[in-house]
Amino acid sequence: MLTASVQFLIAGFARLVTGAQARWIGCAPRNVQRIYFANHSSHGDFVLIWAALPPPLRASTRPIAGADYWDRGTVKRFLIRDVFNGVLIDRTRPVGEEARNRSDPIEPMAGAVEQGYSLILFPEGTRNTSEEPLLPFKSGIYHLAKRCPQVELVPVWIENLHRVMPKGEFLPVPLLCSVNFGEPMRLGAMEDKNTFVERTRSALLALGASVKPA
Amino acid sequence: MQHLTPQQQTLWLFAGTAVVLVIASLIGWILKLRVARNQPHGTIDNLNSRIKAWWFMVAIIGLAFLFGKTGVLALFALASFLALREFLTIAPTRRGDHIAMWVSFFVILPLQYFLIAIEWYGLFSIFIPVYAFLLLPIVAVMAGQVKEFLPRSATVQWGLMICVFCISHVPALLTLQIPGYAGRNLLLIVFLILVVQSSDVLQYVWGKLFGKHKIAPDVSPSKTVEGFVGGVASAALLGASLYWITPFNFWQAGLIALAIALMGFCGGLVMSAIKRDRGVKDWGNMIEGHGGMLDRLDSVCFSAPVFFHLTRYWWTL
Repeated sequence: MLTASVQFLIAGFARLVTGAQARWIGCAPRNVQRIYFANHSSHGDFVLIWAALPPPLRASTRPIAGADYWDRGTVKRFLIRDVFNGVLIDRTRPVGEEARNRSDPIEPMAGAVEQGYSLILFPEGTRNTSEEPLLPFKSGIYHLAKRCPQVELVPVWIENLHRVMPKGEFLPVPLLCSVNFGEPMRLGAMEDKNTFVERTRSALLALGASVKPA
Repeated sequence: MQHLTPQQQTLWLFAGTAVVLVIASLIGWILKLRVARNQPHGTIDNLNSRIKAWWFMVAIIGLAFLFGKTGVLALFALASFLALREFLTIAPTRRGDHIAMWVSFFVILPLQYFLIAIEWYGLFSIFIPVYAFLLLPIVAVMAGQVKEFLPRSATVQWGLMICVFCISHVPALLTLQIPGYAGRNLLLIVFLILVVQSSDVLQYVWGKLFGKHKIAPDVSPSKTVEGFVGGVASAALLGASLYWITPFNFWQAGLIALAIALMGFCGGLVMSAIKRDRGVKDWGNMIEGHGGMLDRLDSVCFSAPVFFHLTRYWWTL
């Protein structure tokens, strides 16, 4: 009950503040299993994608979030675990003994896919605070695509959210944002890691360039 | 008509507007059936969604009027907010403008409407041109980002002037004290909105029917000399024929309506130049068929302060 009302409030608030407009450019909002991969410039990113999805899709979609940021403190933990149903992964870089014992970060993501969930993934791995439109992708997107070949990957370009709430600011400015869904992609049979990572990144950049004013 | 109470006059005007909209809806329906044969048709479908949006906008204004001064203030404060959001979304700002933009939305905008609510003319007429003008670059300079400082500061100030200062002059009409016109100021707003919006519509209609010569091909390719002359002249005539709801006589009402229509036309051109420079066709997509809030209010922005001051200078004590 509490979870459902918080979900409703957050989705409503995100739409109110940002005008969160979902534009389905390359695919329709159908209830098929997907991995949405998006540019990452603000903590609000996955909330916005999540709010832009129609409610039935929202319930079956889980965001990938860094445990180091989200799994701390009662409120954040409640939000990420109960409200957003996030898949928490360990982003720290372990050394020596720890590195050998550490579990593969792909495992929890693949596990959620096997349970039938769609995912929201930010392949840059961290928030982009540079002047560049998109940071280089980590290889996670390739490993995930290889583990789950049946799932389509949908590029999602979030326009303007970094201006609503830049890194380090806590007061949101109510500018209009849009969430743009591109054409679904899959890992080719013979495609190697670098080619696929570069191909997904260029697809997301091209989607971004096509929706920007001027 | 002058013997009617202001309430009755307002009702008559809304009834008249409704009749015009019924006729427009019928024409749109016939065009869709006869000319487009119920198939998708760019111009006719756009015309019909515009007419539908007009019904909606008239209903909103009517609702605000039911709540009197508070309703009108709330309506235009909301319009300012939505317009400013569209403006700053498209404007080229940087990281260093974040706080200045926040202050614009959540401090300056509410304060401007508060000053109008308490009818403090001496402050609301200079608050944004003087105090916001000085305060915002101070806030921005604190962020320490110097790149493109002048264009950035100018952009935020311009957004506030157009979207907050200018639009707030519509409800500010309620603060004017005109001898023999007490209790009827809402009708000044009706007069302004009817003249400026029908000028837009009439320019569109004249242009579609007789438009041949483009008036500003680089700025607004859809505007024609025929649309401009026909639209502005017929809007002035409409304004003159509405003299009975104003403190003006027939000729005065016509001349003031002419000034309103001319300013409105120029406002449309200026706002169009900004859109073209930023590479967008519309300011937003809030209102189906019209685009965004600013697409509908661009002409009001430019005519409201001029109408306010013309009336204030010649008709108040």
